[in-house]
Amino acid sequence: MPGLRRDLLTAVTAIVLMTLALGLAYPLAITGIAQVVFPGQANGSKVSFDGKVVGSKLIGQEFKGKAYFHPRPSATGYSADVTFFGNAGPNSAELRDVIRANLAAYVRLNKPYDQALTREQVPVDAVTESASGVDPHISEANARIQAHRVAAVRGLSLDEVESLISDHTDGRSLGVFGEPGVNVLRLNVAIEERAPLR
Amino acid sequence: MAQGWLQIALFFVVLVALTKPIGLYMARVFTNRRVFLTPVLGPIERFTYRALRVRPEEGQDWKGYARSLIVFSLLFWVSLYLILRTQSLQPFNPQGFHSAPWDVSFNTTSSFVTNTNWQYYGGETTMTYFSQMAGLAVQNFVSAAVGIAVVVALIRGIVARSGKEIGNFWQDLTRTLLYILLPISILGALFLVSQGVIQNLGGSQVIHTLGGGQQILAGGPVASQEAIKELGTNGGGFFNVNSAYPFENPSGLTNFFELLLILVIPAGLTYTYGRMVGSQRQGWAIFSAMFALFVVGVAVVYMAEQHGSPAQHAAGLHTHAFGGSTGGNMVGKEQRFGIADSSLWTAVTTVTSCGAVNAAFESLTGIGGAVPFTNLGFGEVVFGGVGAGLYSMLLYVLLAVFIGGLMVGRTPEYLGKKIGAREIKLVSLGVLFTPLTVLVSAGVASAAPAAKRSIYAGVNPSGFSETLYAYLSQANNNGSAWAGYTGFVQAHAPGNVGAYGLTFTDLLGGIVLIGARFAPILFVLAVAGALAGKKVSPPGLGTMRTDNPTFVFLLVGIVILVGALTFFPAILLGPVANGLSGRLF
Repeated sequence: MPGLRRDLLTAVTAIVLMTLALGLAYPLAITGIAQVVFPGQANGSKVSFDGKVVGSKLIGQEFKGKAYFHPRPSATGYSADVTFFGNAGPNSAELRDVIRANLAAYVRLNKPYDQALTREQVPVDAVTESASGVDPHISEANARIQAHRVAAVRGLSLDEVESLISDHTDGRSLGVFGEPGVNVLRLNVAIEERAPLR
Repeated sequence: MAQGWLQIALFFVVLVALTKPIGLYMARVFTNRRVFLTPVLGPIERFTYRALRVRPEEGQDWKGYARSLIVFSLLFWVSLYLILRTQSLQPFNPQGFHSAPWDVSFNTTSSFVTNTNWQYYGGETTMTYFSQMAGLAVQNFVSAAVGIAVVVALIRGIVARSGKEIGNFWQDLTRTLLYILLPISILGALFLVSQGVIQNLGGSQVIHTLGGGQQILAGGPVASQEAIKELGTNGGGFFNVNSAYPFENPSGLTNFFELLLILVIPAGLTYTYGRMVGSQRQGWAIFSAMFALFVVGVAVVYMAEQHGSPAQHAAGLHTHAFGGSTGGNMVGKEQRFGIADSSLWTAVTTVTSCGAVNAAFESLTGIGGAVPFTNLGFGEVVFGGVGAGLYSMLLYVLLAVFIGGLMVGRTPEYLGKKIGAREIKLVSLGVLFTPLTVLVSAGVASAAPAAKRSIYAGVNPSGFSETLYAYLSQANNNGSAWAGYTGFVQAHAPGNVGAYGLTFTDLLGGIVLIGARFAPILFVLAVAGALAGKKVSPPGLGTMRTDNPTFVFLLVGIVILVGALTFFPAILLGPVANGLSGRLF
C-alpha cells in the first residue's frame, strides 16, 4: 500500500517537527521571555523577611502558636512539593469528626482573647481543609477573629492589627472575580516586622 | 450569593461575546483563507508541508483521512510511551526522577494521546520537566488539533456538493496548530506568568519558613503547559492538585481567564459551523442547546455547594454566608475562588472534556456532585472537548432529525441531504459506543476484586461514585476524577513516589481511553464520507427546520433522554444517594 507508506513517513516527520517546535521551542521561549520580563512571578513570587526568603506569597505555610495568624487546615501538612486532595466525601463520618475537632480547637484557641466568640460565628474556611493543601488565604471573618489573639499576644492594639489585615487582604481581581482573602504569610511577616516576638 | 451570580453572569456574557469573532476566525482558517497572521505564519506553513511531503490541495476521502489520523496517533502514542519510559536519561530533570512503572505509563500515554489527561500519577512527583514539555504538553496541542480536524472534516462532508473528499488531514492539523492553538497559547502563557503562574527550569527550592519550619517550593515550566492544557480542553495538571494549586491558578482573574480558554474554542466552533454550512442560525441553534444545558448545570452546583454538606452540618458548623465569609461547602475548595468560582469551574470543565479541577470533586455535595456525572453522562456534547464536542453533538443533531422525521412521517433530511439507513446506523453506533463502554467497564471494575484496592472511600455511595466516575471520565476523554480513585502519593514507594495505580485499573482504563476516543472518530468520519457523496435537494414544504426553537427543544430532549436513560440508575446509586439521604457513612 503506497498510501500507507507515505502516511508513515509523513507521520514520523510530523512527530519530530512537532516535538521540537511545541515541546521544546515553545516552552523554552516562554521561559526565556518570562525570566526577562516577569522574573519575580516566574520564579514563585517569593516573600522575604530580614533579607531571607521565607516563602511564596502564593503558597500557604504552617503557622503554630498564639503569636501568628493560622492558615486553613491542610490535608497534606502544607506540603508544597507533594500535593494531593483530602478527598473527604460530603457524607463522610470521618469528615464530620475532623471538622468537629477543628471547630473545638479553633474556639479553644481564640475564645480566651475574644470572649464573645461562639461556634456559630466560626467561618467555614477556618475549619475545613482547602483543595491545594497550601491555600495562601483565609477569609476576612477568620482573620478578624484571630486578630484579638494576635493583638493580645503581640502587645498591639486591635486597631493596628485590623489595619494590617486590610493592608494584606487580596480583594477580588478587578473588583469582581474570586473572593477576597487575607494573605496569611504576608500578614504574619508584617506583624513580625511591627512587633517582633523577641 | 448575588456577587457569585454576578461573576457567573459576567462569564456567560464574555463567552457569548467571544463566540462570533473566534468562530469567524476559525472559519477562515479551515476554509484555507488568509488571516491576519498569514504574513508571519504562511512561510512556516509552507515549510511544514514541504518537510512533511504533503500536497495540501490534495483532498482525501474519509478512509484516507482516517488512515492518516490513525497512523499519526498510533506513532505518536509510541513516541510518548518511549519518552515516559526513559526519564532517567533525560535533560531537564532536576529532581532526578526515574520512570513510572510500565502500566502507569501505558495508561498515561493513552490518556494524553486521546485528549483525556486522566492521571494515575502526581505530576510534580513523577514527571521530569522534559516529559512534561516534550511529551505531555505536545500531546495537549496535538490531540486537541486532531479533535478539531475531525469536526472540520465532518462539516465538509455535510456541506460537500458532491464527491468524496472531506479535506486533507495534514493540512487541517498544521493549520489548527499554527493559526489557532499556538498563538493563543503563547499569549495565554505570558499572561498567566504575569499573574503569578511559575515558568522556570530551576527545580525545587528548600525554604526556611517564617514559623521556623521548612517548605520545598516547586518549580517548573508551568505556564506554557497551563495555557494549552486549558485551551485544548486537556486538563492534565502539572501538579497533582491541578488548577487548585496556586502556582497553576493564583487568583480570581487567572481562574476567569483559564475558564475562558477552556470554552472559547468549543463555543466558537458552533459559529464556525454556522458559517461553513452557510447559515448562521444553524450554528446558533446548536449553541443554544448547549448553552441551555450548561446554564442549568452551573446553577445546580452553585446552589448545592452554597448549602453545605451533611458532614459539615453534623459537626455543628454553620454554613451560611455572612460578612467576610463565603459560607457553604468549603471542604476541598480554595478561599480565593470561594463557592461561586469553584462551582462555575466544576460545570465548565465537565461540560467540556477539560478535566482540570480547581476544587476536589470528591468533596462536592451529593447534588452538586451529580452535575459532573450528568454532564459526562450526556457524552460531552454540551460544548464538549475541542472538536470532539461539536462532532458528537452533530451526531445527536442527525439523530434528532431522524426522530423528528419519524414523528412527522417524512424522509429525514439535514441541510438538504437525505439521512438514510446507513447514516443512521453509523450515527447510532457513534452515539452509543461511549455510554456502552462506560457501563461495561464500570461494571467490570465494580465487580472485579482486582479493582477494589483503588477505591478510597469504602463501600458506600462515595466509593461507588469513584469507580463510576473513573470510567465515565476516561471513556468520555474528560480526565477529571473522584480523586480517591487515583490514589495518593505513597510516601515510601521506591524509585518514584508519585506514580500510582493498579495494573488492572491502569490497563482497563487505557483500553477504555483508546477505544472510546478512536471508535467514535471512525464512525464520525464514516458519516462525513457518507454525507459527502449525497446530492443536495432544495428544502420543500415538508422539510423540518433545524434552526428554530422547536428543533433546539427536540435536540435538548434527545440528549437528556439518551444520557438519562443510560446513566440515571447508576448516578442514583452514587452522588444522588449522598445528596438525598443526608446519612453519614
